[in-house]
Order: sequence, then structure tokens, then C-alpha cells
Amino acid sequence: MMTAEPLLSVRDLIVEFPTRRGTLRALDHVSFDIAKGEVLGMVGESGAGKSLTGAAIIGLLEPPGRIAGGEIRLRGERIDNLAPEKMRRIRGRRIGMVFQDPLTSLNPLYTVAQQLIETIRTHMDVSEKEARARAVALLDRVGIPAAARRIDDYPHHFSGGMRQRVVIALALAAEPELVIADEPTTALDVSVQAQIIDVLKEICAERGASVMLITHDMGVIAETADRVAVLYAGRVAEIGPVRDVIQAAEHPYTAGLMGAIPTLTQTAPRLTQIPGSMPRLNAIPQGCAFNPRCPHVFDRCRTQRPELIDRAGGRQVACWLYDPATQEVRHD
Amino acid sequence: MTDTPLLQVKGLTRYFDVSKPWLNRVLEREEKQFLTAAADVDFEIRRGETFALVGESGSGKSTIAKMIVGLLDPSRGQILFDGQEMRFEQGAAMRQLRRRFQMIFQDPFASLNPRWRVGAIIAEPIRTFGIASGADINREVGRLLEVVGLSSNDADKFPHEFSGGQRQRIAIARALSSKPEFIVCDEPTSALDVSVQAQILNLMRDLQDEFGLTYLLISHDLSVVRHMANRIGVLYLGRLVEEADAKRLFTDPQHPYTRMLLDAVPDLALSGRRRTPVTGEIPNPINPPPGCAFHPRCPSVMDVCKQKIPEPRRTATGCAACFLIAENE
Ligand SMILES: Nc1ncnc2c1ncn2[C@@H]1O[C@H](COP(=O)(O)OP(=O)(O)OP(=O)(O)O)[C@@H](O)[C@H]1O
Ligand SMILES: Nc1ncnc2c1ncn2[C@@H]1O[C@H](COP(=O)(O)OP(=O)(O)O)[C@@H](O)[C@H]1O
Ligand code: SF4
Ligand SMILES: [Mg+2]
Ligand SMILES: [Mg+2]
Repeated sequence: MMTAEPLLSVRDLIVEFPTRRGTLRALDHVSFDIAKGEVLGMVGESGAGKSLTGAAIIGLLEPPGRIAGGEIRLRGERIDNLAPEKMRRIRGRRIGMVFQDPLTSLNPLYTVAQQLIETIRTHMDVSEKEARARAVALLDRVGIPAAARRIDDYPHHFSGGMRQRVVIALALAAEPELVIADEPTTALDVSVQAQIIDVLKEICAERGASVMLITHDMGVIAETADRVAVLYAGRVAEIGPVRDVIQAAEHPYTAGLMGAIPTLTQTAPRLTQIPGSMPRLNAIPQGCAFNPRCPHVFDRCRTQRPELIDRAGGRQVACWLYDPATQEVRHD
Repeated sequence: MTDTPLLQVKGLTRYFDVSKPWLNRVLEREEKQFLTAAADVDFEIRRGETFALVGESGSGKSTIAKMIVGLLDPSRGQILFDGQEMRFEQGAAMRQLRRRFQMIFQDPFASLNPRWRVGAIIAEPIRTFGIASGADINREVGRLLEVVGLSSNDADKFPHEFSGGQRQRIAIARALSSKPEFIVCDEPTSALDVSVQAQILNLMRDLQDEFGLTYLLISHDLSVVRHMANRIGVLYLGRLVEEADAKRLFTDPQHPYTRMLLDAVPDLALSGRRRTPVTGEIPNPINPPPGCAFHPRCPSVMDVCKQKIPEPRRTATGCAACFLIAENE
């Protein structure tokens, strides 16, 4: 179990969108920790709330979206209620970001050198020359061939995969403690995805940076993350060590999801089928949000919402099946 | 049943003119530029089989699919359906042939007319091909909706009232309505979440068993292809680099590119298998490398690879276009 203070701690995070037809709750009491140097995978189907979790942490929720409850702490210090100016200092310096589309992180009007040097010098007290040397070293490290020459090119001179390497260099330029990567390889070709994930993982490990890796691809999580949080309808369904969750999922949703993914080795003629689809925000069922699709649903699930329940090996599962009271009744 | 494959594709090739406008070309003294989206592609699909084409973005998958269903003219090559050559002029014979195959696209949002009710969308091919008339049409639409796991009442709704997975079911019902034998599915589940993808893949299998359908499945996802296909063709920059039985392709890949693609798939089984790191990216298709287009990324590249385009050579269950391969037999 974790004893040291976590690098990032998210507790009961609530994110809401006020609309004309009432308030939509997109994240509902999301809680998790990321330890120093750890890679936490965050998976879920589209709309589960993965990106919003990342955006809330870095203070980039788009209005009218807002944090309506809970706490976010970086090394014990609250960052969810900081003034915008203070939050801007933390972004880039202490938390680096990598998004799905590299062009959202790069300015097309400036060369890669200008952007890297600017980022380094905004956050660190180094000379122009020193910053440039660091920038070249970083580009070289993320796998840009002939970095010393290519650094003076503009973003559009690079291929998609190379651009994402530049973004990783940019995210790490100020030596942040945490990198939040939201679907960093989704827009890339299969043969390039593995390269980018490898670079991201290695370089963060070298520098001791923690990573929050957001993706819908369980395979990427399996190969990259230490622990994984499974999100469903704005709530954490299950969180725990990657191997445990993937090979012996406890939450019925995670179990269904794992059976639904075709793999290169499996040969079963049919995939596990979870009926229906994830609810929209304005129609999240009472009780357990998964209850209408769950093969194990029982009375309590329809009225009471299950909180995360501690399980062996540091895993937590939000499902009534694992409530000690339920287990007495159900497992004779 | 005859032994003729249901679909035969021979030397299928398609160029696109990607030149700048004439005036720019004259001013900048540039030649016309052509992009080869598909080059000399050969394969056959037997009845009741699922043949998959895999490849990364831009490898020519959709171009080939569109030529097969007649949405795009080939620059060269032949397509034979049930032994009959497909021609692009319309005629009664072509129309009869046309009824026998259908297509499902990646984007279930774009492929359904948003202003039509679901019933009208599904009924259209039934009318076009004169499969039923009068009240029978509605009965048939209701039946098809139930076949794909929706309800006959859904005929009165509009596409936007459905989720992505349900819309793909509607697209499948429409494709089934002309009672086709062959369906081309271009990335049918790429826009869907995995739990919904599983529903659609299971449905496609059930329909295949029930109606004896033959599929051409196009996907960039090797796990999906592994799950669905009997035979697989691997495309790289418009060329078929390997073709083999599905099982064999995964256990004993012959072409270095196939091996690289397999190595790039993240390992959900956590087997800790060692992998060769994948290198490089797909080159610009307008100026592909000479010789074997894969040679700049190939770990086994030889001199000849840079000069000559390798012909397909026979392998245990298919063929592969690589100079490393010693001809079987
Ligand atoms: N109408 C067109 N004009 C010019 N080039 C085209 C056209 N259609 C396709 N291409 C080019 O032909 C090549 C093959 O395209 P195609 O759409 O068949 O690829 P694909 O394998 O389906 O890719 P994806 O996985 O992205 O769907 C690409 O380089 C593409 O840019
Ligand atoms: N600006 C917004 N207004 C209203 N709802 C939003 C907005 N942004 C996101 N949402 C909703 O919040 C939920 C979670 O979104 P998101 O975090 O982007 O999901 P994911 O990244 O897991 O696909 C979704 O239901 C989405 O529709
Ligand atoms: S709480 Fe009930 S409905 Fe929810 S996942 Fe567990 S068993 Fe299923
Ligand atoms: Mg997202
Ligand atoms: Mg395509």
C-alpha cells in the first residue's frame, strides 16, 4: 500500500455544466491518487469523463463547465481553487500536457526552437544559449533525427508522429512532476503509436515524472500503466494495479469490457456483449450508473449508489457485490 | 455451389491526379503529379468467407472498397463478381449484379440521410430493386429491424434519435434489404466504443451464419481482423504485401511489414513478449521510395530491394511480396 504522500490526489471531484434544462453532472465524486513516478492509466468509453478529469486538474475546463465540489492536491497543496495566474505557472512548469492533436499544442507561426526555448526560459532561469542546448538535447532524446538542424523548422514540416514527439519534448521542457497525456496516440498510425508511447514512458521514467495516461485503448494501458482507473458515466468503477484489473476484473463493467475487446490470441467465436450503451448525462440511472446493463444487478443497485470499496492488493471497486453485507447474503 | 470465387480482383490499380492547377504548374515548371492509391492488387474471396484488408491510414483500403462496389472507376484491372466482369456502364445485367452486393461505411452518422425516417432509409433498396411492393415493404422493413436487434417501431424515427451503435445497425439493415450475398464493410466499427463494437461484430457473425453472407472487411485494427476473418490481405502504400490464412498470418507472418504491424499491437495478454521496436513512418504516397516501398523501414533491407519492386511469391497459405522469401514448392 502507498504510504508516502501521493504526488496528485483527487478527492470527490465534481464537474458540472449548467444548461437551460438544468445542471448536467459530468464527473460525480471522482477520487484517485497518483504516486511519484507512477503511470496511472485512465480508461473508459467516449463520454465517460476522461478528458474532463484531465482538464479539471490542469485548470482548463471550458466554461460554463466548472468544478462544483471536491479537491485536487499537488504534493498536498490545493490547486483546484488557485487564481488563473497561479494556475498558469503550474501548467507547463509542474504539470506538462500532451493532447491527441499535436497541432493544438504547437503554434504554427513559430519554429520548434522558438517554442521550446520560450517554454524553457519562462519556467527556468537559464540563458538563451543554454535553453537552446537543452532544447536540442530534448528533441534528440524524443527521437527527432538531426535535432540540431530540424529544431529551426516549423511544426508543419514534421510528420504527425514527429510532431507528437515535439509535443512530448515541449511537455517535458520545464521538467514537470506530472505529465497528463490525453489520447496521445489516437490520431496516429498503428505503427507509430507504439513508438510514441515508448518515448513518453521512457523519458518520464528517466526524469521521475508521473504520468496520467488517458486513453480508450486497454492494450496501451496494459503495456504502459502501473495502475488503471476505469471510468463509467463520470464515476470511477474500478481502480487498481494494471495486471489485477486486466486479468481479474472485479467490477461487472470492467469484466464486460475486457471480454468485449478482441485480442490477437483469443479465438472465441463470440465476444462478450454488454447490452445497451453508456447513458447520456441527462439520463444517468439512479443507484449504480451501470445497473441497467449489469448481469448481476440486484435490488440495492437500483436505489443506492455504491462507493469505492477497498479490496485486496490496493484495488478499489464501486459495486455492491463487494460490500461485506452483500457478500454474506449472496455467497452462502 | 460452384468453385468460382464470389469475388476476383485482378491487377486492380487506381491513380489520382494530385497536380496543382494548370497555371501554377506552368509558372512553377512542375510536371503533372499522380498518386497511386492502389497498385496491381490481386485477391479472391470465396463464398461464405470473410476476407479482411488491413493497413495503416492511406494504404488504399477504402479506394479498393469503392472500386469494388462501383463508387470509383479503376484506372486499370478487373473485378469479377461470380465470374462476371463488372463494368461501370449501367445496364439491366449490371443492375441485377448490383443488387447482390452492398456496402457499410465507417461513419454511421454520415451514411444515413438525416431527413429521412429509418423506415424510408431501409425501404429504398427494396423499392429500387423491386424486391417487395405495397404493404409488404413495411412488413419487410419491420422484419429487417428485428433481424439487426432493433424494434419494428423504430421505422418511424429519425437517425438522430439513435446512438452510434444503433445507427450502424440501421445501416446494416439497409444493406441487408436487397438480400445481398456480399457486403463490403469499410471500418464498420472504428467509430464505435469497444462494448458497442462487440455487439456489432457479433451481429455481423450471426448474420453471416444465418444468410450465408460473404464479407470484405476493411480495418486498421488487427485484433478485429483476427477475430473476424478467414483470410487476410495486408496493404502497404497501395500494394498487397502479404496475403494468407488468418491464423497463419498471425502465427507465422512472412513479410517484414506484417511482422512490424503485429509487433506494434499493444499486448493485452501481458505475456511480456519481446518485440522489435517499430521504426519510421509511412512515406509520402506521391513520391514513394523506389523498389520495395517498405525498404527504408525494413530491418532486412538488401540492395535489390532499393531497385526492384518485388513480385508476390508463394507462401504456405498465400503469397508475400518480398525478396527474402524463397518461393515455396
Ligand atoms: N479523391 C482522391 N484524390 C486524391 N487522392 C486520394 C483520393 N482518395 C484517396 N486518395 C489517396 O489515396 C491513398 C489511399 O487512400 P484510401 O482512402 O484508400 O486509404 P485508406 O487505406 O482507406 O486509409 P484510412 O485508413 O485513412 O481510411 C491516400 O494516399 C489518399 O490520400
Ligand atoms: N462543454 C460541454 N458541455 C456539456 N457537456 C460536456 C461538455 N464537455 C464535455 N461534456 C460532457 O461530459 C462528459 C464527459 O466528457 P469527456 O471528459 O470529454 O469524455 P471522454 O474524454 O471520456 O470521452 C460527456 O458526456 C460530454 O458530453
Ligand atoms: S452495483 Fe449492482 S448494478 Fe452496479 S455493477 Fe455492481 S452488481 Fe452491477
Ligand atoms: Mg476525451
Ligand atoms: Mg479508409
